[in-house]
Amino acid sequence: MHEQIAANKRKTVLLIIVAVVFTGLIGWVIGFLFFKGGTIGLIFAVGLALALSLGSYFFGDKVVLTSTGAKKVTPEQEPRLHNVVEGLAIAAGVPKPEVYVVPEIAPNAFATGRDPQHSSIAVTQGLLQIMDRVELEGVIGHEMSHVLDRDILIGTVVATVVGAAILLSEIFTRTWFWGGGGRRDNNSGGGDAGILGLVLFALGIFLLILAPLAGQLIKLSVSRNREYLADAQGVLLTRYPPGLVSALQKIAGAPHAMRAANNATAHLWLEQPSRVPGDDTSTLERLFSTHPPIQDRIKRLQEM
Amino acid sequence: MGVAGWIVIAVVVLLVLWTIYAFNRLVKYRNRADEGWAQIDVQLRRRYDLIPNLVQTVEGYAAHERQTFEEVTAARSRAENAQGVAGQADAENAVSSGLRQLLAVAENYPDLKANANFLALQEELTGTESKIAYARQYYNDQVRLLNTAIQSFPSSVLAKMFHFTQREFFDIEDAVRAPVQVNFEGQ
Repeated sequence: MHEQIAANKRKTVLLIIVAVVFTGLIGWVIGFLFFKGGTIGLIFAVGLALALSLGSYFFGDKVVLTSTGAKKVTPEQEPRLHNVVEGLAIAAGVPKPEVYVVPEIAPNAFATGRDPQHSSIAVTQGLLQIMDRVELEGVIGHEMSHVLDRDILIGTVVATVVGAAILLSEIFTRTWFWGGGGRRDNNSGGGDAGILGLVLFALGIFLLILAPLAGQLIKLSVSRNREYLADAQGVLLTRYPPGLVSALQKIAGAPHAMRAANNATAHLWLEQPSRVPGDDTSTLERLFSTHPPIQDRIKRLQEM
Repeated sequence: MGVAGWIVIAVVVLLVLWTIYAFNRLVKYRNRADEGWAQIDVQLRRRYDLIPNLVQTVEGYAAHERQTFEEVTAARSRAENAQGVAGQADAENAVSSGLRQLLAVAENYPDLKANANFLALQEELTGTESKIAYARQYYNDQVRLLNTAIQSFPSSVLAKMFHFTQREFFDIEDAVRAPVQVNFEGQ
């Protein structure tokens, strides 16, 4: 467990360095194009890189929570959920995380934040509706393990960086499509705008290629093994494996797909948010999945 | 300085480093055990606060069950003044059994069981009971680590030197958590 925490910290630092270099490069290209390079371009590059890295560290959790549509709930609104989260925080010896609910029918949950002192746990409305107390404890125990092991920081940084890459690639390709393409018609301005559009387009394509690569990065950094570990450790907190087993069985049998499913945050959830409900996953889907098959997780828990 | 001198220095440095490490570890476990005990105390107090409300709500429906109410109230005030880890555990077990009786009484009144106020109190009690259980689990885990470090050589020498004392485990029954039944077949 301690090796895992140390490995997580190393990976997070590496990831932030990659992100800083990468956004610095983009910033440099933009600075070069708009300000003809020089000091302003450099400031722009450093500024963008700093903004993304610091932003993902300090506000990544808020970005993730907002993008999934999670709403903060009070103990009066959700007494059972608050009681369970507080209980498991006591068991883990960490401060109580903030509690959020995502308006989704599909049962699922995730944890985010940068350390146990700044953490949040979010569950979907559907999860609250179909899980009894023991099952809910199993789910929250799993999420609390992610908080304990600092999985949440690396997961949140990955989500923010991948999200930013997806956003930038869309901005660039659209700028070319609407702005650059339109400007080519009035020929008075000369080739300057055309070149600008072309470079932005190339950058967009580059980012488009990079987005799936970033997906691979997720798989490397947030390995599937970690889910087994969080299952095992979560059960160590609740001291009751059948609770999580029963919760996972309910999730596997739930007929609803997730609306909030996207590439940037998929790895954060308790179970991979799928657009296709049911548990007969294709080989391709399994190859690109961020989570181990749910039946395998259940089997391992039952063997404990 | 000869080779022997360097060896002596190396041994002294290692010894000092080990002492610092072992001492800090003892302090860490002791602080965590204290934290764990403080958390148990917080949750037990929360349970004391719930009892008068619970009694009052049940009384509204079952006024004649006076003996049950008096027993749980008396157990509560004894627990508030209990001394020591074992004494506290005994007193809390009396509170737990009083609460179990109170809930058993409530079972006989369908109107009461549908009462929103009672349902909210029941959720609070269930939540508090499981928090007591989790706090106890954390405390006992930390006590086990502390006691092991105090007993095992060579950290036992340090423990004796700096007066680290072993702690008692806290054992208490759960008032509401019945053995859970999970159905693996059909959901």
